[in-house]
Amino acid sequence: MSILSLFVVIPVLMLLGLWLSRNLNQVRGVMVAGSTCLLLLSVWLTVTFVQMRGAGNTDAMLFTYSVPWFKPLNIAYSVGVDGISVVMLLLSSIIVFTGTFASWQLKPMTKEYFLWFTLLSTGVYGFFISIDLFTMFVFYEVALIPMYLLIGVWGSGNKEYAAMKLTLMLMGGSALLILGILGIYFFSGADTMNVLEIAAKHNIPVEVQKVFFPFIFIGFGVLGALFPFHTWSPDGHASAPTAVSMLHAGVLMKLGGYGCFRVAMFLLPEAARELSWIFLILTTISVVYGALSACVQTDLKYINAYSSVSHCGLVLFALLMMTRTACTGAILQMLSHGLMTALFFALIGMIYGRTHTRDIRKLGGLMKIMPFLSVGYVIAGLANLGLPGFSGFIAEMTIFVGSFENADTFHRTATIIACTSIVVTAVYILRVVGKILFQKVADPHYETLTDATWDERFSVCCLIFSVAGFGLAPLWASNVIGDAVGPILQNIL
Amino acid sequence: MNYSQFLNMIPEATLMAVLVIVFVADFVSAGRKERRWFNPLVCLLMLAQVLVSFVQTDAVSAFGGMYVTSPSANVMKTILAAGTLIVLIQSRNWLSRPDTSFKEGEFYELVVSTLLGMNMMMSAGHFLLFFIGLEMASVPMACLVALDKYRHHSAEAAAKFILTATFSSGVMLYGISFLYGSVGTLYFDDVAKLLAAGTGNLTMCIMGMVFFFSGLGFKISLVPFHFWTADTYQGAPTTVTGYLSVISKGAAAFTLMAILMKVFAPLTEYWTNMLYIVIVLSITIANLFAIRQSELKRFMAFSSISQAGYIMLAVIGNSAAGVTALSYYVLVYVVANMAVFSVISVVEENNGGVTDMDAYNGFYRTNPKLAFLMTLALFSLAGIPPFAGMFSKFFIFMAAAQQGSAAAYAVVFIALINTVISLYYYLLIVKAMYIKDSDKALPTFKSDCNTKLALAICTAGIALFGVCSCVYDWIAMAS
Repeated sequence: MSILSLFVVIPVLMLLGLWLSRNLNQVRGVMVAGSTCLLLLSVWLTVTFVQMRGAGNTDAMLFTYSVPWFKPLNIAYSVGVDGISVVMLLLSSIIVFTGTFASWQLKPMTKEYFLWFTLLSTGVYGFFISIDLFTMFVFYEVALIPMYLLIGVWGSGNKEYAAMKLTLMLMGGSALLILGILGIYFFSGADTMNVLEIAAKHNIPVEVQKVFFPFIFIGFGVLGALFPFHTWSPDGHASAPTAVSMLHAGVLMKLGGYGCFRVAMFLLPEAARELSWIFLILTTISVVYGALSACVQTDLKYINAYSSVSHCGLVLFALLMMTRTACTGAILQMLSHGLMTALFFALIGMIYGRTHTRDIRKLGGLMKIMPFLSVGYVIAGLANLGLPGFSGFIAEMTIFVGSFENADTFHRTATIIACTSIVVTAVYILRVVGKILFQKVADPHYETLTDATWDERFSVCCLIFSVAGFGLAPLWASNVIGDAVGPILQNIL
Repeated sequence: MNYSQFLNMIPEATLMAVLVIVFVADFVSAGRKERRWFNPLVCLLMLAQVLVSFVQTDAVSAFGGMYVTSPSANVMKTILAAGTLIVLIQSRNWLSRPDTSFKEGEFYELVVSTLLGMNMMMSAGHFLLFFIGLEMASVPMACLVALDKYRHHSAEAAAKFILTATFSSGVMLYGISFLYGSVGTLYFDDVAKLLAAGTGNLTMCIMGMVFFFSGLGFKISLVPFHFWTADTYQGAPTTVTGYLSVISKGAAAFTLMAILMKVFAPLTEYWTNMLYIVIVLSITIANLFAIRQSELKRFMAFSSISQAGYIMLAVIGNSAAGVTALSYYVLVYVVANMAVFSVISVVEENNGGVTDMDAYNGFYRTNPKLAFLMTLALFSLAGIPPFAGMFSKFFIFMAAAQQGSAAAYAVVFIALINTVISLYYYLLIVKAMYIKDSDKALPTFKSDCNTKLALAICTAGIALFGVCSCVYDWIAMAS
């Protein structure tokens, strides 16, 4: 039994605990205990992982463990982590932990809410630790379906439409994935589903790869907000309750980028090299289009959702650049965007819970009324537009430097176009900050509103510390990630 | 004649014994007002039957090859007996109504005799025994459909069912006669050998196969032989609809697969192409129709047509993995569908016999447990992990893709796209239960212990059959 299995066992125990709990305090107790355990576990894992790498352990995956599951079909429960999964696990734990506090006051049906929330996080953790295609896929879908009820029941606005659209689009993506997985399995000799073994065999004919690469890349790309399959994202994020937006934009969308890299590009390397230009064009559009759309939105959550489209587009964009620096930047961007966006959505949820509107035209002067939340918002905004000292700067810098390493005109043009999004990001962030935080108090009724409660302050502070922490001390993360990116890129180039 | 041959057909013999015991018990106690012991007795007998089928694993034959059984057929018999057990447990609530209680014995006898027919059909080694088994399964089924003849449209449903059943039997017999005329024998083994050797007129053999396929297509309700399904499912008593949709369909699908793979093996390229078309049509058309339904039993009828399409995907692979995948799919389908029908049945009971989807608006607020179980069952039907339905769907797709041709991949792709459509309509019910608020939501009610037991078994199946690979291994070992 590997220590990694705890990442699945703990959430399952949490589900059990929630099922048995009788009142609100017990529900909260189970959630706090469970998410704290997960956070500690992932911190311990990160530290141990860094130490083991430092001690000269160069295996592709550490903590590996494999046990046959469906033996006649060569399906195994295989787990293992490399640098990429380790930082993703850390990210997930931080978001789940802070998400728990961000939904402290949530009503009604708190118990059911946390049940689905925990099921979702089980899927997320399971996905990041598994290295077997089938197991990975099972966890992937486990992470998707709770979104329907979380948005549909506890959401706001046009929630039924948003929930259905999101679920169907993401499930459409996973339908493509199944076909791709079957293709990879059968054309690689049909004797293993283990990602590492398939990659080591490296025996899928190029023509076959070219058929299945788009299925897998688009399948995961839907979740990574690849243009033009991103349309579920703004509606979904806008309607979701706070913690769900946090988890969804913060972690779930990363599953897309992670899958594209780990499955599509790692297992179908030749096709990735030959077809990358198509997807590079699409992701460049994502980056610029997302940023421009954010400029004209008036709903705070829509602004952030489009900003997520732009930033997640940047992740896929950097992966497709296929240089070591760019790919390291992509993973850093996942980490950084996950934290920043979670912070943003948490703050927006808290503001919305008080003002009952997210329309920026109706908001104003919040700095005077709720200084804590407003300062948090400014910090989140500055991190988002890539101010040095926060994690966003490190990630974007690495991405653009790495992308520019490609010497041909096509890649450089794409890089330059994508770079413009930095400026546009500054425009929409500063526009919102200026409009809702400063100026006159828009509605006299706002004067009576209170600032953040302790649970909200705690959640926000944790996120700000993480964002700043990664911004100030990014080297260990980029080293760990760079080591993991190397072998995957070797397969491609 | 060597009478010890009967020992080779133990599952059928014990089923016969069950039938006799039930009949005598019914006969002796007829006219009594309360027969509380009756349902538990029948359930216990059926449980014994499940165990008998479960331990029976050898491949044996009897009566000069008329009766042949294989380990995989025994597994299927066990699965169907277990499914019937769930139906019997679940039926008690319905059978304790004043207008049905005097028919309780008949219901059990008819159910057991259909199961006997299906067992015969699955272990036939000769087309005539197969045909007798089929008729033994369909004629009592028509009586079951008509059991509620003074309520709803039960009589109409039965008329539609029996007409289609006879018509399809006729078509099938016609096909069998073509085969006989062409190769001169009706033993499965001999037909396969002669076909492989190129005996007989190929065109006639193909026509025979097509007619045979259409006959069974009616039973499985594949498009374009599905027209009776919606009306019959809607009109039949809910318990019977559940029985019809899983047990009868599972048996027919398994037999069709066995015969296509064994007897018509030399004609594989012909029936594979035919299957592609039928599968794509079944899944797509049924899904599109299901979206428009507002009556839940009709809705489940279309859902079951599309599930039948998925079941047939396993046959495309033409491999042992396909046999396993099909049996496994049927097993998972049995528990998921029976859970749905159990819920439909109790809701119908508490809603004055109406099974409209509107009855489920706001259902979660008043009856959270039932709504939750219904959600799990629907998720399983839609193929959402960690519930068993996802595993069975994935293995079906694997079995089909194993065939390797571009056409097989294309069919799998279309089926995959259809899973998204099916997810949409299953989610409509989930949406009604959780999200829609209704002032007229059904009041909170308590369900009887039999329904609870049936639901508990089904839910355990939904939760465990996928994650615990031992169930799959058990089936895989036999095929």
